[in-house]
Amino acid sequence: MEDEKQHLLHLESNLKTRALIYKHIRKFFDDRGFLEVETPVRVPVIAPEPYIVPFESEDWFLSTSPELHMKRMLAAGYKKLFQFSRCFRKGEQGRLHNPEFTMLEWYCADAGYMVIIQHIEDLVSYLAKELGLRRINYGNLEFDISTPWSRITVKDAYLKLAGWDPTTQPDPLRFDIDMAEKVIPGLSKDHPTVLLDYPSYAAALARIKPDNPNVAERAEIFFSQLELANVYSELVDADEQKRRFDEAIEQIENEQGKRMQMPDKFLEAVPFIPECGGVALGIDRLVMLLCNASSIDEVIPFTADNA
Amino acid sequence: MDVAEIHKNTKLLVDGIPCSVDEVDFTKPGKGRAIYRVKLRNLLDGTTTEKTFHSGEKAEEAQTTYQQEQYLYKDGDHYIFMNTETFEQLFVSESQIGDKKDFLKEGILVDMLMFGERPIDITLPNFIEFEVLESEVAIKAQTISPQLKAATIETGAVIGVPTFINVGDIIKVDTRTGTYVERINKK
Repeated sequence: MEDEKQHLLHLESNLKTRALIYKHIRKFFDDRGFLEVETPVRVPVIAPEPYIVPFESEDWFLSTSPELHMKRMLAAGYKKLFQFSRCFRKGEQGRLHNPEFTMLEWYCADAGYMVIIQHIEDLVSYLAKELGLRRINYGNLEFDISTPWSRITVKDAYLKLAGWDPTTQPDPLRFDIDMAEKVIPGLSKDHPTVLLDYPSYAAALARIKPDNPNVAERAEIFFSQLELANVYSELVDADEQKRRFDEAIEQIENEQGKRMQMPDKFLEAVPFIPECGGVALGIDRLVMLLCNASSIDEVIPFTADNA
Repeated sequence: MDVAEIHKNTKLLVDGIPCSVDEVDFTKPGKGRAIYRVKLRNLLDGTTTEKTFHSGEKAEEAQTTYQQEQYLYKDGDHYIFMNTETFEQLFVSESQIGDKKDFLKEGILVDMLMFGERPIDITLPNFIEFEVLESEVAIKAQTISPQLKAATIETGAVIGVPTFINVGDIIKVDTRTGTYVERINKK
């Protein structure tokens, strides 16, 4: 009890900053005409993704991401949506992970990934200004956050740091391992990095780039080794979407022996989703950055270890 | 076992060698595979190495067991233990005992980690009582901070004790840190 009290009181200043960040984020999106929504945390079906393992809840799941429901709202005609959403992913625990975490997602009709990247730059700059930070100090690093942030394609980053081009040599396993072992450790340590144009086999729910079928319009934002956000020009082609889900379902069945369901209601909505961009940004990590907290348990009062 | 189940202190068999996991670093960039960087301590010779696993990989668990042993005496380069259930004797080499020899007192019970028939590690009780065999005469404290002086205990190890401890006193020692805890009785 005494340990818990000390631990919780030690977090107080970070938790106050966290509450302030939420307040400023709501203002940021409100000023830009985004509607805050809440979609279910307990859901009957999730997007099948090979390396995201859901918690089951009776016959349903705890949500791994609010993406499918938010896109169903876009298909109904909503243009600009944002949400703070609790997400659950089994087995993800470490300095940057807790199995239950908070995602900030927003979607914007008639925008592509480049517009969303600018939103992120604007949002982080706005939050830093409101919190009185000119730069972001994180551990022994100091980030100059003046915009635009440096952009580098996945192709150029791999050629420079890993010595091969994953966009023309499809090798998903080597891609993942080199990402963790070579590319991320080699990213800038004094500026945020926007890593652009992932190989088409790592497209997830991003659309393929119209002028280059080898890559998808997907970007990730990094502060050195801290991965903050994942951005797409959203895939709105229903056939292509179904094909990717089929592949994912098959891979999961082969590797984990589980048969995931097809998200049928979402697929029915896909043809009506407008051209749009969207992003999932890890709020816990954003708070870590802005509080200079080295571990996720310094910005969440009760993690899976002490809940 | 699935690599996702590897935690600190998991015992793995890597290239036929039993290793203990000292640390697991979990990263999971983007939507890709989880990468586990694992620090391994070779349980046979104490050396450490790093190995990287990714999700979906299997790791082989080392089949290790614990059994209770009583430490009897030292014979040459070996420490002789006796199983408290079967009374069988077990010979453990000096290199496997390592620094723990400092607190290995005749008669104490330890948990012995076994890899098959092979003893590979011992866990000492957290606290053990020792008699002080030798100690310097305390020099009068020069400052107001607590002063420690050197004292030799039964095993021959030298630890820091408060100045009021005398030869013949029984003291309690924390074997994890090697530090004095309290005096049990004075001579």
